[in-house]
Parts: sequence; structure tokens; C-alpha cells
Amino acid sequence: MGMTITEKILADHSGRSFVEPGEIIDARVDIVLANDITAPLSLEEFEKVGAKGVFDNERVVFVLDHFTPNKDVISAENCKKIREFSKKHQIKHFYEGGNCGIEHALLPEQGIVVPGDVVIGADSHTCTYGALGAFATGMGSTDITYAMVTGNIWFKVPESIKFLCYGKWQKWVTGKDLILHIIGMIGVDGALYAAMEFDGEAISTLSMDSRMTVANMAIEAGAKNGIFKVDEKTISYIKERAKRPYKIFESDKDARYKQTIEIDVSKIGLKVACPHLPSNVVDVEGLKDIEIDQVVIGSCTNGRLEDLETAANILKGKKVASWVRCIIIPATPEIYRESIKRGFIEIFMEAGCIISPPTCGPCLGGHMGVLAKGERAIATTNRNFIGRMGHPESEVYLSGPAVAASSAIKGRIAHPEEVL
Amino acid sequence: MIYKGNVWKFGDNIDTDIIIPARYLAHTDPKTLGEHCMEPISPDFSKKVKKGDIIVAGANFGCGSSREHAPIAISALGIPVVIAKSFARIFYRNAFNKGLALIEADVYDLAEEGDEIEIDVFSGTIKIKGNTVKAKPIPPFMMELIEAGGLINYLKKKLEEKK
Ligand code: SF4
Repeated sequence: MGMTITEKILADHSGRSFVEPGEIIDARVDIVLANDITAPLSLEEFEKVGAKGVFDNERVVFVLDHFTPNKDVISAENCKKIREFSKKHQIKHFYEGGNCGIEHALLPEQGIVVPGDVVIGADSHTCTYGALGAFATGMGSTDITYAMVTGNIWFKVPESIKFLCYGKWQKWVTGKDLILHIIGMIGVDGALYAAMEFDGEAISTLSMDSRMTVANMAIEAGAKNGIFKVDEKTISYIKERAKRPYKIFESDKDARYKQTIEIDVSKIGLKVACPHLPSNVVDVEGLKDIEIDQVVIGSCTNGRLEDLETAANILKGKKVASWVRCIIIPATPEIYRESIKRGFIEIFMEAGCIISPPTCGPCLGGHMGVLAKGERAIATTNRNFIGRMGHPESEVYLSGPAVAASSAIKGRIAHPEEVL
Repeated sequence: MIYKGNVWKFGDNIDTDIIIPARYLAHTDPKTLGEHCMEPISPDFSKKVKKGDIIVAGANFGCGSSREHAPIAISALGIPVVIAKSFARIFYRNAFNKGLALIEADVYDLAEEGDEIEIDVFSGTIKIKGNTVKAKPIPPFMMELIEAGGLINYLKKKLEEKK
């Protein structure tokens, strides 16, 4: 009986030659991650357990990205706690200052996560690393404490759903449109507890940045993880970055899937998720005269170089509508620096955008762009739940960077062809 | 373990930004978190709910983020158990780790707000308005966690055994 890539990684990390969906296993973890919101709770539990130290100071990672640079006193106190803990336990991967970016953009970029890993993070979008052929999933702070201390955690082996993608991509269409299309089709619990495996010829032509966008939003379909096979693109991305040796796993031909869904990507256009669920997906052409107050281009979903490049290509020589705040957030310092070098930041500033330091900020209604009552935003983020970006009576539309940038110019939700 | 309380009804896809909005996440103390529980859709919830009351919800309760602040906020109001058609995965783990019991059962259409409901967590039997509904059994490993008093006590025991 064959196994899927997810099953193989889990079997490998639990010292077994075979696992099957539904089994509860105890697995070794390669990386344990927490951030400024979730680490404080983990550290409180750590104290309660009375543990002497972490299982490996090179495999516990803290990224202080949500409310940083600290938005208020209480956030500052939280970060201080994590900083002191990191010093005491000599945590190698501690990110807070000029080296800090949004965790799920930062870890792959810095080569902290590699193919074949098992990664758990106290953040639901930890599933992003599946783009590298790793098994990665989000958990709560208490599970993270357990893994920080023992280097292990229990899993229920998930069933896998295969998304077999074929066909040629339309102009402008990216990974964001694919994943919005899928969530619109299967719903926010369409892959509940399952692994979403993305495969097919259309996937091999997808950039690494776009694959990360797709894996990132697997959680928005309720999935445990999203995963891609390792190909030449993965290798060329990882080769210069990897901080550890890596292992490549691949699904067997006779692996078992709960379901296989075929998708002709040539039929997918530019997509927008309307308030208040990521599954309220429509074609951008179907949205007429939706005026906006704010645009956010950033986040762990779409704050990578490819996203900023797309936005820059659209905003070049144009102006943001006078009543719109267009906030651009490079996801990491490396992306920021590269955007300066390539002239994107100049383009954004000329167009009248606001440039934020790398932070989650407005994505979760934290700071750096919170919405007032009745305001409306279009964002390249991943969630549009009620009140996600601020007041409970504000609204968030989700799209890729091309639609977001075009909308900034028009002051209403717009297709790139309308502005170019 | 038998719980008896009055029903508060919530629909499908109640996400963690509803259970506890992100702007309160810098807080870790249960009292503050409880005060803002369900605020976006029911601003007075924390004032009206009574200790021992029970939440009955539709599908995919707890979807969204991994914030443990969500089960903490619910527990802080004295709600011992949530009954829903289904739960989001991370929320499911978090709740049990934190000692909030979750029961998968379909009583949504049966229950009305304010109804008295009784639930035996171990046998999974729910009684409401003269009806008896059988819930999906809690997986044995989760039972072990509840019996140990949550994941942290379970780990404590393990570390002591090692010594
Ligand atoms: S950018 Fe948004 S979704 Fe991503 S980790 Fe930060 S808050 Fe979460």
C-alpha cells in the first residue's frame, strides 16, 4: 500500500515504516515556532511545567511580528518576556529588531525550514511551509510548550485530498486566485482535518512565492496542512538558503486519497473574496462600484517580492486615489532591501503609498492601518472575518496584489486592465 | 462528568476573531479575555452569560487562528462545554489542552436559546427537551488528556516519571 508525501514525512518522524490516516502517532519535530502573541502563553506554561530548558536551542524559533514595533505597553511587556527567555536559553533564532519579518515569509527565506521537515508553530498559517515539501501545521501555545520541552508532539495522521491542476495560467492570475477559487469551491471547512496536496503540470509552472501563498491559505479551507512536491524550483530556492541537510519525500503512485479534485487553471480568472468569509469568492469583473477606503498589500500571504513586483508594475507612474490609504508592507527586511534596489519603493512613494516596516500590523487589525466603523478595505491578506481589520462594522475584501494595486488607483475594486 | 446549563446559540463558522478579536490578544489574563468574548456579534455576551451555561453551535466552530486565547475566553465565563456540529482542528486541540470540553453533536435545530441542556461528557449523551441525542465519542487520547487535567499536567507527570 502506497503512502502520500504527508504520510511519509510523518512515518519518518515517528520511526515507523508505515502510517495511515486516523492513527495517532508521536512524532519528532524539526522546528517549533511561536510569535509575540502566542509565545507569552507558551512561556507561562513552560514555567508551570518546571522544565529546565528547551529540547534544542537551534530548533525553537521566536518571531515577534504581530504587534511590533510594539504598539502599546502590554505588547512591549510581552516581547520583553520572550527576549529575556531567549537570552537565558540561548535561543539561536530570535527575531525582533532589524532582522525581523513576518514569520511565514522569514523562515523559508532564511532557510530555517527545509524540505522533509515536520514544523509546528503557534500560528495557524504555519501551513505555509508545505510549499517547500515539508509537513507544517499550526497549533496552540500549550502544544508548543510540550514540543519545546520534549522535541515531540502527537498527531492524528490526516487523510489527503489531491488537487490536480492542469492547463495554462491566464494573464495576471497567481497562486492567490487558485487558492481563493478552491476555497470558494469547497468552503471554509471543505478540507477539515485533511492534508491538501497540490500537484499537476500547472503547479510546476507556479513560482515558489505563489506556492507559498497557496499553502498559506490551506487553513482557510480548514486543512491541517497544504503540501507540494519538491521539484527543481524548490531545490533552486532552498539550495542557497538551507541551514540544515534536507530530505525529499514524494507521494507513491498508489497512495490513497480521500478525494482527487481536478482543476483546469486556464478557467480561473482574477478572484476576490467578499466579506465576511474567505469562501465568498467571486470574479473581480462581477464587482461593480465597490468603493474602498484602504488597500493593504503585504502579509504572510502576499507580501513577498513577486507580490511587490506585481504591485509596482501596476502603480508605476500612477497615483493612488486621493481618498484611499494604500499601505505596502514588505514581509521581511530582505524583501524590503530588494524592493529598494529594484526601485519598487520609489514607485510606491511616487504613487502616494504608505510604506510600513515588516509587520503583521493591519492584517489582524493590530495597528498600522486599523479600520473605522463603516470603512472598507481590499487586502492581499488571508482573512476577512467580521472585525478582522478593525471595527466590527468594517469590511475586508481579499485579492491578489494585481487587483489590490489597481483598486488603489481607481478608489474602487478594479481589474488591472482598467488602469493599464 | 455531567454538565447542566442553559443554551446560548451561535451559527456556522464562528471564527476565532469573533470569539476573541485580535486587538485583545496582547492580554493573557482570562478575566479580560472573557470580557470581550463574542464581542463582534454579541457585545453584551460576557455580561449576560451565566456560569455553567453551554454554547450550542453549527459547523466549523473555532475556525481561523491558533490563538489559545479563544478557549481561555470561553472558559473564563464559566462555560464548561461547547456542543457543535463540527469544530475547526486547531481549536479542537487547544480546547482539550486547556480543559474546555468539546462535544460533536447535531442539536442545533433542536435547541433554542435559553433551553436547559444536560450533557454527560464521558458517555456523550445529551438531553434536551425530552430528547436524548448521542454525540460522537471523544477520542481515547483526548479522554486521557482530560483525565490528566490538560496537556501541561500530562507533561508534568511525564517529566516526573523520567526523574
Ligand atoms: S500576516 Fe496576518 S495571517 Fe500572517 S501571521 Fe501575521 S497576522 Fe497572521
